[in-house]
Amino acid sequence: MLWNSLLLALREIRRNVLRSILTLLGVVIGVAAVIVMVTLGEGATLAVRQQIASLGDNLLIVRPGQHMGPGMSSDAPAFQMDDVQALRRDIPALAAVAPAATQSITAIAGNSNWSTSVIGVDDQYLRARNWTIAAGRSFTGSELRAGKAVCILGATVREELFGAQDPIGQRVRLKKIACEVIGLLEAKGQSSMGSDQDDLVLIPLRTLQRRIAGNQEVRVIYLSVAEGRSPERAQADAERLLRERRHIVAGEQDDFSVRDMREIANMLTGTTRVLTMLLGAVASVSLLVGGIGIMNIMLVSVTERTREIGVRLAIGAREGEVLMQFLVEAVVLSSLGGLLGILLALGASVSLAGLLQVPFVFNPRIVAIAFLFSAVVGVIFGFFPARRAARLDPIDALRHE
Amino acid sequence: MPEGEHVHFRERRALNVAATARTPDAEPDEPPLIELRQVTKVYGRGTAEMQALRGVDLRIRQGEFVAVMGPSGSGKSTTMNILGCLDTPTAGSYWFKGVAVGGLDRDQRALLRRHYLGFVFQGFNLLSRTTALENVELPLIYRRTPAGERHRRAREALAAVGLTGWEDHTPAELSGGQQQRVAIARALVTDPAVLLADEPTGNLDSARSREIMELLTVLNRQRGITIVMITHEADMAAYAGRVVQFLDGLVERDGHPGDTR
Repeated sequence: MLWNSLLLALREIRRNVLRSILTLLGVVIGVAAVIVMVTLGEGATLAVRQQIASLGDNLLIVRPGQHMGPGMSSDAPAFQMDDVQALRRDIPALAAVAPAATQSITAIAGNSNWSTSVIGVDDQYLRARNWTIAAGRSFTGSELRAGKAVCILGATVREELFGAQDPIGQRVRLKKIACEVIGLLEAKGQSSMGSDQDDLVLIPLRTLQRRIAGNQEVRVIYLSVAEGRSPERAQADAERLLRERRHIVAGEQDDFSVRDMREIANMLTGTTRVLTMLLGAVASVSLLVGGIGIMNIMLVSVTERTREIGVRLAIGAREGEVLMQFLVEAVVLSSLGGLLGILLALGASVSLAGLLQVPFVFNPRIVAIAFLFSAVVGVIFGFFPARRAARLDPIDALRHE
Repeated sequence: MPEGEHVHFRERRALNVAATARTPDAEPDEPPLIELRQVTKVYGRGTAEMQALRGVDLRIRQGEFVAVMGPSGSGKSTTMNILGCLDTPTAGSYWFKGVAVGGLDRDQRALLRRHYLGFVFQGFNLLSRTTALENVELPLIYRRTPAGERHRRAREALAAVGLTGWEDHTPAELSGGQQQRVAIARALVTDPAVLLADEPTGNLDSARSREIMELLTVLNRQRGITIVMITHEADMAAYAGRVVQFLDGLVERDGHPGDTR
């Protein structure tokens, strides 16, 4: 019975080449659109998540003053090295406590100059921010303690000041001091906010404080929470310790802020997720349009089909056999279209992901959903008009206008 | 026994089983192949009601060649559709080989058409964009005849109607006469007990018409196929052994072709 239906269905597909191709096309376009859109959207989400991870996992950023809105913050005293020592000593959940202070300085090397951020750091900074040294070395303990004139360049600064030259051992002038370049940072590229993460120069914190800023201030402390420890606990502990050290009584507001990178991460992934849903909605519309296309083709051919069904019934086909034939035809066309759509979508997704520089994420669920939907549409619109015809008396089907 | 034949037997038996339960009363000797008793057919409802048949009685024996004549609207096509199980009577009964067709369900009627009846339509009703061979094969596919035998029998049927060499042509590539012959081949390929033909020569010139009629005569005489044929032309009716004249939904006259009023 099934073999017979397959034979009849394949003959039907072959004799209606154009109709079959159009049906197929509707399914192919619908399936491919949904898969491509969702795949790219998920790739973008993953890209954002990866960039956030590159900022440093489990990173807490402590700044004096309260962030009160865009560009506004309350005035509050900076941290001191004592605060840093206390955090290191009293909160074991912190893998790294990295104090830093930043100055905007025009760095000069030979005839080139470049305005950049000079960040005073100590030996825990690289770990807290997930930076790695691409060439040369990091600061030594004695350089940090003595406040030596040494620096590590970000990729952008290196490019701007030295071009193709090897900068290691060369000198860069930062205001009054000439720093020896001892290392180069691995490039991180653009941040998810769009700023250049490689536009910076690292020098020992003590060098910045004493020889450039002329104070003892620590403007920001990066806290890296140890693997397996609760970031919430660590954050609460750090807040309690700092309130104590800054003599803030119960009920009074903090005069510092602790920001969690995951907050930003969640916000950004939330945004891209909304985008993915939007793309998915657009794609669903194309799936629907594809479905309507299939429906049109099937309904337009109802008259012709009804007469044919009449002929088949007249020469001895049973209703069930006619139905099985059209069901098999619809299933064959829909699944073939679905498979072609999936192949097309995977090809398009891979090349578009490469073009847009987002990772390619294969989501079998979306593939399955798109495939099933198109199959159902194809089967419904291929099958139901045929069913109506097959239930007629043969003579009525033959006379159908 | 090949699978196709097996199905074939089972399907025929299913019909006969239904038959024994409803054997007509008082038919001691061989019942006629076809019998209509007081068949009426009403189309439409209310004021639009149209009575196509007003109580037709008709008996056709195995091996007869019957021409059905009458003006249009006299009920001959309706009778033909009822005989072909394409349509159902409003009242009255239709007995086929002693089986009350009215007691059969849709599927059983389909099996009756499949195994006993061949229908040649006025408008050919071939599948378009389908080769002559595939058109003729179609009834055999529903009979589940194995592919090899199917091809052979379809070619033989096409040869019998003189279409050898035209197997791979679609209806659009064939003349009206050739299409009609494909339609006859399709009706014959299953070796039906009865061939029902609705104006088989209606669209053909006289030379082609004579060819078709001679073909039908041969089928009737040599293969013993019972033929019921609607025609408008007395020339064509002359080939038949019996002429049934319809008028206003009733059989007006039933006799030999030579009889005149």
